Amino acid sequence: MAYLVSHPDEVKVVSKHFGMGATNLDRYLELDGYKAVQKAISMGADAIINEVKASNLRGRGGAGFPTGLKWSFVPKQSAKPKYVLCNGDESEPGTCKDRLIFEHDPHAVIEGVMIAALAVGAKSGYIYLRGEYRYLLEIMEKAVADAYARGFIGKNIFGSGIDLDIFTHSGAGAYEVGEESALMESLEGKRGVPRIRPPFPAVVGLWGGPTVINNAETLASVPHIILGGGEWFANLGTPRNGGTRLFCLSGELEKPGVYELPMGYNLKKMIYDVSGGMTKGRNLKGVVPGGSSVQILTPDEIDVAMDFDSMMKAGSMLGSGGVIVLDDQMCIVRFALRVTKFYQHESCGWCIPCREGTDWMKKTLTRFHSGGGVAKDIDNLKYLAENMLGRTFCPLGDAAAMPIISYVQKFRKEFEDHLDGRPCPYEKAAEPALV
Amino acid sequence: MKFSDQLEQRFSTMVTHYPTKRSVLVPMLLYIQDEVGALTDETIHEIAQRTDLSDLEVRNVISYYSMLRTRPVGKYNLQVCTNVSCLLRGADDIFEHCKKKLGIGNKESTPDGLFHVEEVECIGACCWAPALMMNYEFHENLTPAKIDELIDGLKKKEEQ
Ligand SMILES: Cc1cc2nc3c(=O)[nH]c(=O)nc-3n(C[C@H](O)[C@H](O)[C@H](O)COP(=O)(O)O)c2cc1C
Ligand code: SF4
Ligand code: FES
Repeated sequence: MAYLVSHPDEVKVVSKHFGMGATNLDRYLELDGYKAVQKAISMGADAIINEVKASNLRGRGGAGFPTGLKWSFVPKQSAKPKYVLCNGDESEPGTCKDRLIFEHDPHAVIEGVMIAALAVGAKSGYIYLRGEYRYLLEIMEKAVADAYARGFIGKNIFGSGIDLDIFTHSGAGAYEVGEESALMESLEGKRGVPRIRPPFPAVVGLWGGPTVINNAETLASVPHIILGGGEWFANLGTPRNGGTRLFCLSGELEKPGVYELPMGYNLKKMIYDVSGGMTKGRNLKGVVPGGSSVQILTPDEIDVAMDFDSMMKAGSMLGSGGVIVLDDQMCIVRFALRVTKFYQHESCGWCIPCREGTDWMKKTLTRFHSGGGVAKDIDNLKYLAENMLGRTFCPLGDAAAMPIISYVQKFRKEFEDHLDGRPCPYEKAAEPALV
Repeated sequence: MKFSDQLEQRFSTMVTHYPTKRSVLVPMLLYIQDEVGALTDETIHEIAQRTDLSDLEVRNVISYYSMLRTRPVGKYNLQVCTNVSCLLRGADDIFEHCKKKLGIGNKESTPDGLFHVEEVECIGACCWAPALMMNYEFHENLTPAKIDELIDGLKKKEEQ
């Protein structure tokens, strides 16, 4: 069971039902459950999409693509069935928010999938959870079964004449499967190797039919938008960045945890105020603000608003909402090595720059960290990473490259301090075992 | 080969959820493994037949997913996350402690077949780091003492 925290600055929308027993359907109904779906039915497809557009909701999976716009790409007429796919693969290091949604508010996810299906004219929705989330799969399965038992899903929902089925589906361990096209491959029973785009999933997706793929948090926001109105949601955040976000604050912090804060909340305040600052007498060294795939920020760069556009301007990305806080006991080379080891392990191996690049970076960093580094390794790492950028079929290549470039650029001295056979001067941690 | 009643039921319901049979593959393989302990030649052949695939195609899928395996591991599988959020909070020491306590290395099992330990990637417990999963059970905010308690508890349970 994941632990809940709270802070006065929180604005609880998606987390509104956390800790309130909303997994129980009767309780969920007391909390206005399934009203959003009924309202959506009466609104009709176009009005739903317009409301979501007005909300400025942007994808919480990482890329921040406007949700209403994504839905509007699905063709109205289609010879093949259309689908909605909820991405609950949550595997980006530093991210543990979808877990709380599934655990505390499973029906909100179901409602979100239903409303998306109504908006695009899909008759089936799939909720994909990573294989490790077995207890959450059980919670979701029960929620789906309960909703079927009441007739909320299935044939002729709420007397609308619309049939809508929802199914849960389990993965079996693979980060890359979180990438939308690999996710579809996995759901179809294959290896999680991405597909070439275009065509985009909205046109050719699951089993060749038009498919909307959204992150679990994105979909769980939708019922609130339908009930509260797009404008209300938009106003919670900053221009073009509507609503709130579940930020996962991790590292040696006084009060780490998942906090729901308005889009655009100041990053520095998040660290020093919301999560109480550093613990154990540590000092701040850097912040990785959006999951391990994004560029690091130095302590003098964190006085920024946490929304997609501001983070981009600050030279990083809002990503998955995983705010990883590094303290002065962490060696940046060691950190880089662990990050690279992850991407090397998870690369599906399809494109050469990603497969070979991550492997070379891992080998170089392993040798480098153990005192066998030579000066040209530093530029070589950057060179390797820069040559992966934009040269791969899916964004995992970029995700592996961008952080490394930023570490070398911003912490070059720490790399240099490892040269001349010196053992790591920053920590005495055990050598990493290779996965 | 016959599936257990439980697996049989899983399969027959799931197969109605998708337009193609092979779509049941990934979750079904995991359910089989949970029950049988590993994806044996026999089970692979059985699921291949049922999904109109060759055994090789099924093996090809199995080899992609980190949770799927063709050989059994210890009854209690300690999967220790050493990824960044956990690393920042001492995951290396936690991992070392697990290995030392059990007297085994990464991806090894104890001779009695009870315990297995492996280093894994982020398990979605970053805010409650360091963390591990024992089979499907999350154990968070770990300390060496908590690990001792967990392992000793399981050993005691087995002795009874
Ligand atoms: C390597 C990789 C891993 C990803 N993992 C996830 C994930 O675990 N969960 C998720 O929602 N999106 C993940 N994404 C993003 C998805 O591809 C996709 O953009 C997202 O699910 C779309 O939903 P959204 O628009 O609601 O964000 C990943 C992307 C990449 C490139
Ligand atoms: S970038 Fe990496 S993970 Fe993505 S398709 Fe290429 S090899 Fe596979
Ligand atoms: S980094 Fe260890 S659980 Fe996420």
